[in-house]
Amino acid sequence: MVHWSAEEKQLIATVWGKVNVEECGAEALARLLIVYPWTQRFFASFGNLSSPTAIVGNPKVRAHGKKVLTSFGEAVKNLDNIKSTYAKLSELHCEKLHVDPENFRLLGDILIIVLASHFGRDFTPACQFAWQKLVGVVAHALARKYH
Amino acid sequence: MVLSSSDKSHVKGIFTKMTPNMDSYGAETLERMFMTYPQTKTYFPHFDMQHGSAQIKAHGKKVAAALVEAANHIDDISGTLSKLSDLHAQKLRVDPVNFKLLGQCFLVVVAIHHPSLLTPEVHASLDKFLCTVGSVLTAKYR
Repeated sequence: MVHWSAEEKQLIATVWGKVNVEECGAEALARLLIVYPWTQRFFASFGNLSSPTAIVGNPKVRAHGKKVLTSFGEAVKNLDNIKSTYAKLSELHCEKLHVDPENFRLLGDILIIVLASHFGRDFTPACQFAWQKLVGVVAHALARKYH
Repeated sequence: MVLSSSDKSHVKGIFTKMTPNMDSYGAETLERMFMTYPQTKTYFPHFDMQHGSAQIKAHGKKVAAALVEAANHIDDISGTLSKLSDLHAQKLRVDPVNFKLLGQCFLVVVAIHHPSLLTPEVHASLDKFLCTVGSVLTAKYR
């Protein structure tokens, strides 16, 4: 089980409380597809991903980004139980979606940059540490049921 | 990985805007890296790691200067950083994984101080540039 200090929990909750899940989710997924274009391989059904502008404006990208970050919120709500929170999703990503877990790490890193751009100096080094730890734990949990 | 001409112009453009504060961005990048990825401190056992440390400021300035040099000579990063590449291969031998960690923290610093400049396109170019720098610095490792 992951240990979270009181300070880490506080930093995570404070940031999450101010996050616009729809906007940040859409932005994070769009940036993932733009910065690491090979990740587009999972989204052939999303239509026009032919340019950064197309990706940012793509309604399926926006919707899926919102869905992904909303799910992330489950980790924030269940910091002491992230492994079981994501057990089913982990199976899904392995068996149905066939997503290389490296992609979870890439998305996590992108999310950190999106948060940094929204929160500016409020995204202190301590904040970055707590959030980088969280995205790592989420990535690990999502990879856990792979076989 | 090849830097396209638009990658190069994105990188040069954003570095121009960052130049006045590059020294402090270098220090902040290191501070964030040491805090976020504590294992990176193993390369600096002699450093005072407190916020505002003179050693972190000085070393941050050096790191920033190297990135600026690479950006200013973006058509020949491996030539420009050749001596630094030798140094990392022969003396420093920083494990290659750590350049990604430094790159991530540098992007966070850019995102914090210049969010409007870090468009998705610029973000992609800057990420590619940082990967290229990391590759150059580890190119002579073996």
